[in-house]
Amino acid sequence: MIKTLHKYASPMHFHAVARAWSAPLLWLAAALFLAGLVGGLVLAPADYQQGESFRIIYVHVPSAWLSMFAYLVMAGAGATSLIWRVKLMDAIARAAAPLGASFTALALATGSLWGKPMWGTWWVWDARLTSELLLLLLYLGYMALQSAIDDRRAAARAGAVLAVVGVVNIPIIHYSVEWWSTLHQPATITRLGAPAMATSMLIPLLLMALAFQLLFFALLFIRVRSELLEFEQRASWVREILRQARSR
Amino acid sequence: MSSALREFFAMGGYGAFVWSSYGLTALLLVGNLVLALRRERRVLRELSMRASVGAEHDAA
Repeated sequence: MIKTLHKYASPMHFHAVARAWSAPLLWLAAALFLAGLVGGLVLAPADYQQGESFRIIYVHVPSAWLSMFAYLVMAGAGATSLIWRVKLMDAIARAAAPLGASFTALALATGSLWGKPMWGTWWVWDARLTSELLLLLLYLGYMALQSAIDDRRAAARAGAVLAVVGVVNIPIIHYSVEWWSTLHQPATITRLGAPAMATSMLIPLLLMALAFQLLFFALLFIRVRSELLEFEQRASWVREILRQARSR
Repeated sequence: MSSALREFFAMGGYGAFVWSSYGLTALLLVGNLVLALRRERRVLRELSMRASVGAEHDAA
């Protein structure tokens, strides 16, 4: 198994895998988006309390979930690179950052657009919203570090430290609605027990979440491809790819 | 426009909030895709130039 891991940790091999899987993942994500949007915007009934505004859930919740998932990818890749010095992990962490930042910004914006009609306010400094905003700042800080440091490996290493230190924010975000009294509602979907949501409303949410997830992987693969080319620019496999790109 | 379609866009009065959310989502997700692909093209171009400059240099 170590041999298999070693093989996939090779930038050249991962680049090939990333190139092969990007398009299929995108198409699959597109199909799931379509199904989720039809389910969420058309088929699911309006909420008896929130009316049609609840439909924002179908973009807000997946964005929020992905904002945290992307950070775990970034921090996990960073930690792996710090411990075992794996160049591929540097590439993955750097690729994940702008994606995570986008999802976080989207979660915050759609949350505000939902909060204004429902809570009567665009923003409140409660634990959930504040910790999610902090998440955005962590992503932006990570990206700022990457552009500030010229040596790509040194930049990745500094970023990895930031990412690992900041990972404590993820359980804080997750448990914020339990630990503090927040305006943001508590979780309706937990691992134990039946979710407190009608099936016709839940299914599109799960479809959209899966769509977002697959799109994240597709985007990650596309970005990792460029990162690997830059990291390994002197390698012969990169020269071969450049040669092929030129001749096309 | 049929009344059903009009109702769909109105979203029970919350249309502005709902469609802004979905619009932002489309913008950010498609935007990320476009930017990622553009970045790859740019990297291929820049590395290509650097490699050919290097080759000329070695040949000289």
